[in-house]
Amino acid sequence: MTLTRDFFKIGPARLFVHAAVLLIVIIWLIPTLGIFVSALRDKDQIVVSGWWTAFSGSSRTVAARLGQVDQQKQDGPAYVISGNVLDGQEGRSINAFGTRVAQPSAYKAGETADLGDGLTLTVNEDGTYRYAKNAAFGPDDGGRRVYVSVATPPEFTLQNYRTVLTGEGIGQSFINSLTVTIPATIIPILIAAFAAYALSWMEFPGRALLIALVVGLIVVPLQMSLIPLLRLYNQVGMLLDTPSKTYPGIWLAHTAFGMPLAIYLLRSYIAGLPKEIIESARVDGASDFEIFTRIVLPLSFPALASFSIFQFLWVWNDLLVAMVFLGTDRDHLVLTGALNALLGSRGGNWEILTASAFITIIVPLLVFFALQRYLVRGLLSGSVKGG
Amino acid sequence: MLSQLVSALGVVVVAVFACAAYFYFSNKLLDMALPVKDGDIRAASQNLNRRSVIRPWLFLFPALFLLVVYLVYPVVATVILSFYDRSGAEFVGFSNYQWALGDREFRQSIFNNILWLAVVPAACTFFGLVIAVMTDRIWWGNIAKSIVFMPMAISFVGASVIWKFIYEYRGGNATQIGLLNAIVQLFGGTPQVWISVPFWNSFFLMIILIWIQTGFAMVILSAALRGIPEETIEAAVIDGANGWQIFWRIMVPQVWGTIAVVWTTITILVLKVFDIVLTMTNGQWDTMVLANLMFNWMFRGGGDSGRSAVIALIIMLAVTPIMVWNVRRANRELGGK
Repeated sequence: MTLTRDFFKIGPARLFVHAAVLLIVIIWLIPTLGIFVSALRDKDQIVVSGWWTAFSGSSRTVAARLGQVDQQKQDGPAYVISGNVLDGQEGRSINAFGTRVAQPSAYKAGETADLGDGLTLTVNEDGTYRYAKNAAFGPDDGGRRVYVSVATPPEFTLQNYRTVLTGEGIGQSFINSLTVTIPATIIPILIAAFAAYALSWMEFPGRALLIALVVGLIVVPLQMSLIPLLRLYNQVGMLLDTPSKTYPGIWLAHTAFGMPLAIYLLRSYIAGLPKEIIESARVDGASDFEIFTRIVLPLSFPALASFSIFQFLWVWNDLLVAMVFLGTDRDHLVLTGALNALLGSRGGNWEILTASAFITIIVPLLVFFALQRYLVRGLLSGSVKGG
Repeated sequence: MLSQLVSALGVVVVAVFACAAYFYFSNKLLDMALPVKDGDIRAASQNLNRRSVIRPWLFLFPALFLLVVYLVYPVVATVILSFYDRSGAEFVGFSNYQWALGDREFRQSIFNNILWLAVVPAACTFFGLVIAVMTDRIWWGNIAKSIVFMPMAISFVGASVIWKFIYEYRGGNATQIGLLNAIVQLFGGTPQVWISVPFWNSFFLMIILIWIQTGFAMVILSAALRGIPEETIEAAVIDGANGWQIFWRIMVPQVWGTIAVVWTTITILVLKVFDIVLTMTNGQWDTMVLANLMFNWMFRGGGDSGRSAVIALIIMLAVTPIMVWNVRRANRELGGK
């Protein structure tokens, strides 16, 4: 136990740190939690109550009719109509009741309400009621309307997910996103690894210049590339008589845009491998190709993993490149694009938006939590990248 | 639907094989073209030399090709296009630049970008540093870090939906289902349509990026803080420094270089911010930023490549100092080896 640690463990200061971090964690978690909870709620409940009330259940006002006059029984001096306002709805309970729509919760459950004219009404928590009059019920007293506030237990449903996966095209977009992401994550690794090896272990004129170029290109904004490439794609499309927005087109684009960071990350790792291993392999007569595939590639696994997570997250979460190079028709719309489109067309339908958002973020979140270690390592070695 | 996925996986296999085949056969071809035979020692050593001159370029070719076509050429082409008219056919000199200077929307975007640049990198770095210092002192710090870091994995579009739900406004007497308005109501305030409040709405968009990027700053700074020698802090404690003084006078100066890296990295990200503005407001209510304005002009009225190019160049210009700084830093590291 060092002195520093002790310093921070002194009473109130330590307690304050715990409380502050807890507060921060809650603030950071709540936004995502809101989406997650809302996506599982009934779509009618989402709009009438905040998602934070979802667990406490909600109360709804329901109208019910009391029994008809012919059900009345004499009970001592009084006449009574009794029954249950919750007919057929087991497991619910009543908080309050009232006889006017403006005051549906005028009386607590179990209370006896004096309705005037000698009429009294008691509605119990379980829904049974006792409607009594000090004389026989007249013909107008039957079928009286009452309002009860019914406590609804928290209800969760997967219906929203079913709706968006099939009805809103999110299922198709999920496939499209995978189609874009898998090749665009794997193809750049191999190309960049060869280049990184050449830049770290082969002697040739202009090497330092090329490394500087790669570092410089890491931060070049995507916006600089969009216009010329869009024109180039259109020209190539016309030349080959194919559509200009295709999957191969976006694979190449993502591969190229990820290339500077890939080379930079892999180079700093590969250059740090022990010199003796590579030189002794050279002495044994191994060619550079053999050294690369048999020694360097297996040893570089951590760096390859870091980069592939970066590239995966970047491609999966990308909107701009997909909009420009892949287009927004149904067979090409990726998840981020679909979500953006839904924000426009379904702006108020939170059950659709939240469920779609959750499907969009769940894959990167799983990757994130499973491979966080590699992601952190990559960040630490490549923190010149602008995202 | 599934066939599409299978074909994507097929592409991966084919591409990896093609890639491997390219490297394998180009190397084989080189060895065959420049044979090293036992007899003629002079020719053999000459060929060996030639091989080692050519081989690096075989390794580099695919990467360089992609870099040149997708990044180097477009930078040059964008500069040229900025001097041409909307279709890129006719030379118009500086008229696109003149248009930009006089355009209200452009100036609004510049103003907003400066606002974003002033707030987001500073906020992310500050929160990241504070959270890093605090989480390093408690036993469940790693869990807390994971949670703050988590939004990094969420797309900007996803994050926008998440926060749009928080900013949600319901008119009339309806129950507020947006968390922010519910809290405001709880304290007796009036619910607002937050993303259309003039000037302040940009800040509500910035909060989204801060929420995403603070984790990044925290991770990098936390690693740097752990690199501070214990003795330095112990010495300060013995000299009677309090927590506040230790933080500002000992810790912050020691990680100054890392703070600069984090700050510049987030600065570049902010300059390119696009998705958040597109999904939250699409530039309405004076929230336009350069990247979105550029994108709009790419397609507005059939597209205007000249004006669009000028806006892209402004972003590039803002990034350039950081680029130069990065290259210098990388060169220094190389020289040191």
